[in-house]
Parts: sequence; C-alpha cells; structure tokens
Amino acid sequence: MILDGKAPTGPVEQSWDNYRFDQKLVNPSNKRKYKILVVGSGLAGGAGAASLGELGYNVDCFCYQDSPRRAHSIGAQGGINAAKNYPSDGDSVYRLFYDTVKGGDFRSREADVWRLAQVSNNIIDQCVAQGVPFARDYAGYLDNRSFGGAQVSRTFYARGQTGQQLLLGAYSALSRQIKNKTVTMHPRTEMLDLVVVDGVAKGITVRNLMTGEIESHWGDAVILATGGYVNVFYLSTNAMGSSVTAIWKAAKKGAYMANPCYTQIHPTCIPVHGDAQSKLTLMSESLRNDGRIWVPKNAADCEKHPSEIPDDARDYYLERKYPSFGNLAPRDISSRSAKEACDADLGVGPGKRGVYLDFKDAIDRVSENTIAERYGNLFDMYEKITDENGYERPMRIYPAPHYNMGGLWVDYECQSNIPGLFVLGEANFSVHGANRLGASALMQGLADGYFVIPYTIAPYLASITPGAVKEDHSEFKKSVEDIEAQNNKLLSINGKKTVSELHKELGTMMWENVGMARSDASLKDALKRIPEIRDEFWNNVKVTGESKDLNQQLENAGRLADFLEFAEVMAEDALNREESCGGHFRTEHQTDDGEAMRDDENFSYVAAWEFKGVGVKPELHKEPLKFERVKLAVRSYK
Amino acid sequence: MDLTLHVWRQKGPQDKGKLETYPAKGISSDMSFLEMLDEVNDGLIKSGQEPIAFDHDCREGICGMCSQVINGRPHGKQEGTTVCQLHMRQYNDGDEIFIEPWRAKAFPVQKDLIVDRTSLDVIMQAGGYVSCHTGGVDDANALLIPKPTADYAMDAAECIGCGACIAACPNSSAMLFTSAKVAQLAALPQGKPEARKRVLAMTQAILDEGFGNCTNHYECEAACPKGISVKFIAKLNREYLKTMMPTSTGA
Repeated sequence: MILDGKAPTGPVEQSWDNYRFDQKLVNPSNKRKYKILVVGSGLAGGAGAASLGELGYNVDCFCYQDSPRRAHSIGAQGGINAAKNYPSDGDSVYRLFYDTVKGGDFRSREADVWRLAQVSNNIIDQCVAQGVPFARDYAGYLDNRSFGGAQVSRTFYARGQTGQQLLLGAYSALSRQIKNKTVTMHPRTEMLDLVVVDGVAKGITVRNLMTGEIESHWGDAVILATGGYVNVFYLSTNAMGSSVTAIWKAAKKGAYMANPCYTQIHPTCIPVHGDAQSKLTLMSESLRNDGRIWVPKNAADCEKHPSEIPDDARDYYLERKYPSFGNLAPRDISSRSAKEACDADLGVGPGKRGVYLDFKDAIDRVSENTIAERYGNLFDMYEKITDENGYERPMRIYPAPHYNMGGLWVDYECQSNIPGLFVLGEANFSVHGANRLGASALMQGLADGYFVIPYTIAPYLASITPGAVKEDHSEFKKSVEDIEAQNNKLLSINGKKTVSELHKELGTMMWENVGMARSDASLKDALKRIPEIRDEFWNNVKVTGESKDLNQQLENAGRLADFLEFAEVMAEDALNREESCGGHFRTEHQTDDGEAMRDDENFSYVAAWEFKGVGVKPELHKEPLKFERVKLAVRSYK
Repeated sequence: MDLTLHVWRQKGPQDKGKLETYPAKGISSDMSFLEMLDEVNDGLIKSGQEPIAFDHDCREGICGMCSQVINGRPHGKQEGTTVCQLHMRQYNDGDEIFIEPWRAKAFPVQKDLIVDRTSLDVIMQAGGYVSCHTGGVDDANALLIPKPTADYAMDAAECIGCGACIAACPNSSAMLFTSAKVAQLAALPQGKPEARKRVLAMTQAILDEGFGNCTNHYECEAACPKGISVKFIAKLNREYLKTMMPTSTGA
C-alpha cells in the first residue's frame, strides 16, 4: 500500500499557516465534552496535556514514574534549537529547516520539518514566559551556543540541564491544569494495551504499578508520547524504565512502525566499565564546542598517559576529515569515526573502546573557570563515574545508543493510520529523517506538545461523537483479560534466568548486529537469534512475586517481552534498506573513504511496517518522500 | 569487595517492616550503588525470593526518582550526589551498609525502599508556576533579565524534587524544596505578579500535606544532591513576610 502523509500542497513556506486556516475547529463550549488520553508526561506529553487541558478538553495523563516531573526528557543536557537569529549570524526559519532536512540525510517529510522550524521561535518565547532560566549575557539578553551539524549559534541552554528546565516548565504548566481540574494525572501507571473498536482508537488498558490492578480508560482520542526504544540495546542513555511497550502494543493493534532501523548512536558518552553496568551516561554534545577529539596515531601509544603523547603523534581525526565542521560534525558521522578509530586498534582506556575529548587548548584559551562555568556539572559527573578529573587529563568517550528517529508512522496531523491515535515526540518518526541533529529533540517534543497537537487534533474530534464508546464495551474487557493472562504466564514460568540477564543477551546481540554498522550477514544473524532468545525468555525466565502487587520484575519482564518482538521488525527494516543514510550504516553501501552512500532512486521512502503476528514477517508499506523546496544532495560536512 | 547489607523490607503500606541482612559479595569498585543492588537482587530472584524494591529511573542524577537513606544519610555519604551516582569506590571491603527508605509522615512507605511523594506534586500544584497561556506571549528577548538574577533563578531551579531535604530534616520540613520554586519565580520578572499569592498557597499546602516547619538545622542543605542553598528559605520567609504588608494598590 502507498501511504499518504497528507502534507499540505503548495509552497512549503505557507503550508502551516494555510493548514491552520483551513482546518475545522471545535467550539469552545463543546471542547469539554471530549476526553483525551495522553500517555507520557515528558516534553511532548506534558506540554500537550497542559495545552489541551487549557483549551478546555478533559485530559487524562499517564506516566509510569511517581511524578510527571521525572520523564526522561529531564536527562537532556545541551540545549534547544530555534531560528531566532539573535546572534545575527545568518540564521532563519529556512536555514533551520534546511539544516534539519540535510542533517536527517533527506529522509524526512519537508512540510513537517518546515512547521517545526517555524514554531521553534514560539517555543523559546513560551519557555521564557514560564520562567525557564535560560543562560543570559551580562546585558540580560539570551545566550546561544553551537551544536553539531550547524554553522550558526542557534542553541538556547540552561547550564548543562536544559532538558530538566524545559521539562520543569512543562510540568509547571501541567501542574496548573491539574489544579484547575482540566487534567487528571495518573502517575505510577503503565499503558499495556491500546483499545481499538471498529478500527478506531477508543481507549487504553493500564496497570497500576502500586497495586498491580489492571484498569480500563476510555477516550475520544489517544495520544502516545512515550519516548524512545533504544533500550532494545540494553545499555543506552535512556532511563531504566524507557521502553517500546506503549508504541509496540499500538503496533500490534494495527499502527504502522516507521523506519524502526533509524537509531542514533551518540558520540560522546562515558565508555563501558564492566559487566555489571546497567546504563550508559551521556556527556553533552555541547562539550564539542570546546573539546578536541583525538586518538594516538600509533597503537603503541594507546597505553601511555595522554600527556606523554606529543601533539604531532595525535590524530585529531574529525578536524582532519571534516575541516569545515571539525569537532562539531553531526552525531552519526562522529560516532562512526570513533568506531573506526577503535576498530583500527587506536582506542584508549579499558578494553580500548574509547577516544579522547581534550579540553587543554580551551582551558589555555579561556581559563579553567570559564570551562567550569559552561560545563561544570558534566565534569563533576564524569569524575563521579570514572574517578578521573576531566580538567587535568582528557576525558574518555565512546558512542552509545541514545535516541531513535524511527517510531510509529504518523501523517502531517501526527495521527497514525489508526484513526484517533496520535503520536508525539520521539515516539513518532516524522521530522528527524535518518539522523537527528543535536538540540532538536527538545525542539520537536515541545513543538508537538505546545503548538502542533492543539491544532491538528481538532479536525478529528470535530468529526466524531464524543463519548460514543466507554469502558463497558467488550473490547475493554478482552484487553484486560489478555493482559492478566500474560502476567500470570510470566509469573508461572519459574525458569533459571533473570529478566536482566536475558535483556543483556538481547542487547549485546543487537549492538553487535544491528548497531553502528550493519551488514546483510549481521542482520540475518540477528533475525535468527532474536526468536531463539525470545523462546528462551518464554521458557526459562524467572519472575518472583505476585501480579496484584508492586512488582518491578513483572514490569521489566513485560517490557522485555515487547523488545523481543520489536527487535525483529527493527532488523527487518535494516535488512530491507539497502543503502546507508544517517544513523543507518550498511557496510555494503559506502564510498571509498568510508562515507555513507544513499540510494535516492530506490529508497527515498518511509518504510512503514504492519504487524502480522509474532515471528511472522511484517508487511512493508511505503510513503514516497517528495522534495520540492530542498534539492537532494550528497550530505557533506567536509 | 565483600559487604554486608542491612536493608529495610516492608511488604506494603500497612506492614510493620524490618531490617533484613544480605551479603553482597564480589562487588567491583567501579559499580554504582544501584548496580550493586541489582546484583544482590538477581541473587535473591534466583533463590526464589522477592527482590528489594527501590525507586530509580534515569541513573544519571537528574530525574530525582532514587531515594535511599544509606547509613543514616539521604543519598549516602558522598556530597552533592544522588544514590544512582554514588559509586562503590566510596566503600571498603567488609563494610556494613544500612539502607532505609525516606522517613516522613508525608512520605508513606509503599514497599521496601519505595515511598509515596505525591505530596510534593501537590505543593507544586498549589502555585509553583507562572499562569501564562500556551501561545500569545512576548518575544523572549523583550524581557531583559540581568545575568546575576538569571543565575540566581537557575541555582534554585536545579532542584530535582527527590525529597532528600525532607528525609534529612528532624521536622520533616519541606521548606528547602518549596523555597527553591518560590525563590526562582519571585526573583524573575515573569513570576512577580503572582508572587504574593504563590507563597501563601504553597506554604499552606506544606501544612496541609503534613510537613513540619523549619527550625534552621540546615540538614536539608547538607543532604541536597544539587547543593540547593538555605538562602532560598530566607527568601521564602521574606516573600511570606511581604504578604503581610499592604501593597501600594491596597490589594
């Protein structure tokens, strides 16, 4: 089937303005008749729930953490992009749009990206109005810094905790609506199923994580803003509770999974220290504004103290290979270069899986105090984890799974192929193409939540009768029974391996075969091994405790069960995409000097996969990508 | 290294609860404290016992979910560090470690080391925001904010809402937590129009939720993983005092 993204026709510059004028509206006094379910309380979900509540809809918002303020958007460090052009360095909505399309390696939908760039400026205004304490200069104006893939300074930041401050801004807006009773908050509640009635999303089934009770909630529309799935690799920078579960349950009910193979491996993370490691820690990309990345030129120097290696024996490989972007080359390119250096046996630190990020020149140039003011919390964090002082010796960094550009397929209105199911933020696939630029995730989350969904949900709501299906419908009852049956099964297996042991097995295998470099052979191997690990899980996992109780092992087991199904569609997608683009690198498709080789003739499309059953090959649907404003080009940062 | 853990186990909110002793053997000094507990839990699961329930999520010190009192100190002995960022190199072979949940009337224990911190959300809902609408606001640079003011607001805004300040306080006072938000918004021009209303509503919520008052022990500041200063409590008190004076408009 050929999918239609329903992008507005005509000049892209006017697409969002025209759309907003043409769309149907819901009368203010009718809004309170509609109930909207928002799953997830991060930047997209929190901002969306608050904005929809303020408009007058009845909103129920769900999160698995004990408070909406803890959603993993809070972990974002570096900043948020906007086309304000405050430094007057040549930025514009068009340039942000162009950089994002190019940064995504020409695999995103033009109109969606234009809208993102256009509303980016409103986001900064909104956050300042909320009291978000962005960094400022001594005259009192907002300060900017640079991020990878851009040659302008368009990134707004709040020390190394921009995600925290933006999320607390959205949380404050949400708190205000909870107080006003337009939003009902359901913390410590995990969505375990989407309820679809006659092909339309009509509610969700959730587990109360405190009591273990399974509950049904009806809604006139369901919004998923449940973040990313890179915990499929076990070790990642995501929170421990981040999972594919909500979007995978929707996929099993018919929503298409788009471009699941587009995963982002972040170049600057603290390297793995040992087998007991449970997660990886990111060091913000902003560090690359002042840090220089290098490895020794000679493998014999790798064991030496870095200060004993003279400058001419160091390879500043990003500066050498990409002179115009240097250490600010985009994430996919920087990560692959680090892997290449370590594969060539030039890595440093334990296991030789690390490269240096060196601040010596920056400290000599602007003083240690200035560097500490810019990144002090990151240096502190580095020292706590590694026991090394980043001011005195270069940090060691290595790429780690961080983000996914893929997600549920949505049209221009952020609506999936299931009517009534909307998907926001990292959980959808829409704007980042095959690679996301730094400081663009926060921008997308807040754009979707504050400025997109309040408009794009209205035409759908205006077309339905509110409250037509409630919890007494048989589909709700069936959904509850299915979940209870699965939980009872998980508790009855009583095998020999723990959930985390099996998750580690899946993750290690996925990292080796479906990680930074993929090949026909590695992907076929993954497709053979995923069902084996899944079988072992369903026959040999050990989960203790009860289902009607607070049971963290049962929560983790359910999430792993979904990763074990989802991993297959991710590998299938990577196998199908016989090209290299952005974060998806197929070793068969590269230039002589190791750069990604795209195939626009055959692969300029969104791959949307329809679930056909566990262990059954999913069906591929395509949405052709049209580029009318931007000319397709080889993506070069040289 | 080999350690002996004494961990608070409590089946549910109504259960009395008690300390249980577990060995933790072969622990690497590079592990985080929570990774050490993961290892102990995997051992418990394999021997058919229920693992120790504890809150955690981001494991990078920013979400505020982790909440354990270790040897009597919220978040353990390392200054300015959440439990998830505490590493085992802080401990020595043979150490005995006591692990307990946050203890406060307003934080009822749910299971083992997990407590209910809904009361902190309630304090925020009372007034921890600027009542601006989505959209229709001024350009961000239309409002100049001096750098020292922005820095002051950011110092306060760094609070991660973990509740260690309350667990550390002999009165279980939520003053440091509340004052961080009151001070951030009272310092910024955006927050000034509602400053009077905010401080009254938020301090009332503190009382309604069962937290104690502040008697200047400063235990909160010592326990805070983000180094939030008690100067913000002074700011809250000043803001509160100001509400007792008539305003120029008599409002």
